[in-house]
Amino acid sequence: MTTETNGQQPALSPENAQVIALTRKDFVSDQEVRWCPGCGDYSILAQTQKVMPDFGYKKENIVFISGIGCSGRLPYYMNTYGFHTIHGRAPALATGLKASRPDLMVWVITGDGDALSIGGNHVIHSMRRNVDINLVMFNNRIYGLTKGQASPTSEFGKRTKSTPAGTIDTPIMPLTIALAAEASFVARSVDTHTEHLQATLERAGRHKGSAFVEVLQNCNIFNDGAWRDFTDREVREDRMLLLEHGKPMIFGKDRDKGIRLSRLHPEVVTIGQDGVTEDDLLVHDETAEDPYLALVLSRMFWPEFPVPVGVLRAMSRPTHDRLIDDQISSAIAKSGPGDLEAVLNGGETWTVE
Amino acid sequence: MTTTREPELPITELERVTIRFAGDSGDGMQLTGTQFTRTAAVFGNDISTLPDFPAEIRAPAGSLPGVSGFQISFSSNDIHTPGDEPDVLVAMNPAALKTNIGDLPAGGALIVNSDAFSQGNLNKAAYATNPLTDGSLKEYTTFEIPISTLNERALEGLDMTSKQKDLTKNFFALGIMFWLYERSMDPTVHWIDQKFSARPIVAEANKRALKAGYAFGETTEIFHTHFRVRPAHLAPGTYRNITGNEATALGFLAASRLADRPLFYGSYPITPASDILHQLSGYKAFGVKTFQAEDEIAAIGAAIGASYGGALGLTASSGPGIALKSEAMGLAVMVELPLVVIDVQRAGPSTGMPTKNEQADLLQVMFGRNSDSPIPIVAPATPGDCFDMAIEAWRIALKYMTPVAYLSDAFLATGSEPWRIPSIADLPSIAVENAVADDLPFRPYERDPETLARPWAVPGTAGLEHRIGGLEKADVTGNVSYDPDNHHRMQTLRAAKVAGIARDIAPLEVFGPDHGELLILGWGSTHGAIRSAVERLVADGRSVAHAHLRHLNPFPANTEQVLRSYRRVLIPEVNLGQLLMLVRARYLIDAIGYDRVRGKPFRIAEIVAEAERILGESS
Repeated sequence: MTTETNGQQPALSPENAQVIALTRKDFVSDQEVRWCPGCGDYSILAQTQKVMPDFGYKKENIVFISGIGCSGRLPYYMNTYGFHTIHGRAPALATGLKASRPDLMVWVITGDGDALSIGGNHVIHSMRRNVDINLVMFNNRIYGLTKGQASPTSEFGKRTKSTPAGTIDTPIMPLTIALAAEASFVARSVDTHTEHLQATLERAGRHKGSAFVEVLQNCNIFNDGAWRDFTDREVREDRMLLLEHGKPMIFGKDRDKGIRLSRLHPEVVTIGQDGVTEDDLLVHDETAEDPYLALVLSRMFWPEFPVPVGVLRAMSRPTHDRLIDDQISSAIAKSGPGDLEAVLNGGETWTVE
Repeated sequence: MTTTREPELPITELERVTIRFAGDSGDGMQLTGTQFTRTAAVFGNDISTLPDFPAEIRAPAGSLPGVSGFQISFSSNDIHTPGDEPDVLVAMNPAALKTNIGDLPAGGALIVNSDAFSQGNLNKAAYATNPLTDGSLKEYTTFEIPISTLNERALEGLDMTSKQKDLTKNFFALGIMFWLYERSMDPTVHWIDQKFSARPIVAEANKRALKAGYAFGETTEIFHTHFRVRPAHLAPGTYRNITGNEATALGFLAASRLADRPLFYGSYPITPASDILHQLSGYKAFGVKTFQAEDEIAAIGAAIGASYGGALGLTASSGPGIALKSEAMGLAVMVELPLVVIDVQRAGPSTGMPTKNEQADLLQVMFGRNSDSPIPIVAPATPGDCFDMAIEAWRIALKYMTPVAYLSDAFLATGSEPWRIPSIADLPSIAVENAVADDLPFRPYERDPETLARPWAVPGTAGLEHRIGGLEKADVTGNVSYDPDNHHRMQTLRAAKVAGIARDIAPLEVFGPDHGELLILGWGSTHGAIRSAVERLVADGRSVAHAHLRHLNPFPANTEQVLRSYRRVLIPEVNLGQLLMLVRARYLIDAIGYDRVRGKPFRIAEIVAEAERILGESS
């Protein structure tokens, strides 16, 4: 196992660390941003640029890799190394990059279609391998770049250009998928909740291992208000559950609602009613080795439940690049560095004079 | 170990012998063939082998689909193919006899395990009557040997079940063949001791079986002679036996050293390419990183990611997997990163015949992507050549910043030949430099005026932060561009870059007269059959030459000049005319195709006959 606690990044090596402290401006590229005015992506970009200096990496040691979709444009706007790849495959490229260059900080920027439809397989496998990447999935429940078709997170019955009679596909729960795929860090935030989003990205960036961050993002052109029922300022305290490690799960404007476990199911209770006290409530433990509590949280959604935001899971296990390098080190420790001459002459040989 | 008793039978000197071992896939025929191959190779014969095995891991025992074969040709002369037809067929059961007897010429020697010709096995092989008694084998010299019975007797007293004992009967058959061809048992005995060092009883059983077979040959009176094939006169050097897949893996390992960059191999298991993954995964001490991906797309995606980071990103598959990789190959074309894609071709379309040979993916790697998406293509001609072309693939990929397709096939991959081990000092350096921040702002698509390659700027280089991707790039700056003229310019530049490689590759060589009646043009694993055919035709006084393309995109610069030096051009291919189409389109030369797509390599005689037919027409 790694020695870092909670999967936090260890101290940066001098080669990677910033010499002069950078600011948000250092991470803004010279490219004109081309998302629709009012798009939630602007906020995600801004918060990403804002937290980037905090990690202490030199900007040349940071890489943003994206797939296809509106989210895929983000790397062009970051003044780091960037690679806008093909639909769904960003985690695969990131896996190869991180395996060969463990010194780099690698971010994967993706969307609900890119990550959960065409690229679902790569998301699953990059998570289970604990590839040390920070995958940020913009979830707007719609295909935006192709102008408004149903996505794998669109709600059942959603009418879109491609589903005029309503989609007949049950939506995917992204965080459940991430947990089932053994992601070692799983979190959710909201595009408009800028401070929370910054804090969440900051946590993801500091996590060593596979980090999956779902950002509930608004597409004001093709799916406006997708999340407003519970994210709007007036209602969010009553309809969202802010997860804090070690704290009981309390929500509501009056801090009087809580989550209790009844057999295998969560239930909303009111503190002070029917003899319910704070002691009856679930206490959040993001570091739990097993994913059960996190899985319960990942299934909770509005309107049945307040929507959990924050870190559902942050645990530590060896990263993919580390395991690869360990095998190489032990091979070298066992038999010395590879000898090409010996391998070419391996097996049975004979000499012709 | 080997008996030293003076042989009492006469010895017949032969120049070349071809043996085919055939049996149930559980009978260990591949192992038997491999052991005979090693022994012949170490003895100094030139050799060429052709394994032929079913895709099923264990088809029902005794059934026709379960037959596994291994053909080896060994010679005192330079040979290029595993032989058109066997001189000797060893058939371990009726199914093996039925599926292979058609290839044995009249007068050929047939050795059968008569114990296996039970009514049950005859039924499984759909024989209405027993071929050993119904006279249908009378044109062959048939040796009926109760191999199972004799072998069980030789293993008497060993604490094993009859079934376990029967598993060693292939070594009894091998022992007979070693006696028949005057071979030492020592290499195989040595191999058995090593392989079964933890299981002495199994080692003992296999050694007893081998020696019993040898002794049977020596003492029985059914053979009237035995045979001698002297060592071949190969060029001086140290040799080993090598398959194409082994040479491919070694070639890419060597390329990593020669480029002074780590090798990253992303791969998804697929026949017949998987052995490359197995072999490279054993080279961890070289820093080789192998990645068994979740699918073919992830395999190439990870390889592209590794190349982006400055490593040698390599991926491999066979036709169906290449189809899945196509979009990512296009991305590599667009972002102009070095990458090598190995295609170990097999019979298709679709899943086709996974263990059988074909060379029908040429147009797939040439054109199988959206838009104009040029990729250089190299194709090794022999198992040993796989080593050299692996290095050549990386030389091109690095120098020109481009993905390169490397076309092997099932025949090359699993076939073997003696390989003269190169000295590392004689291998070319293929190292290239990364871009440095000496002239800012950085222009990621500013090209080298000679090669048209763009700079390789790897993450971690201060000052070169830039963004690449699958969207069209503006010339020089690399920014996203939808400018119409820019797109035309970039398409033209990408094509010119690949076309320009023609100036930097070895010219097409000709074997035989440098002009004349007929040129036989080939590529890939047809080399052996074509070369042997042309040797025969030239010996018969025909005006025929052979040229073999190892670069298929671009063609060597002198290709047209070579083709126009002959009245006719014949292109034999294990496909329905793919190189033929490229040559005719490119040079407007009325070349003639010759195709045989049976999952098997060409026979020499077929090419000779076709050449004779054409020569007859034109005279």
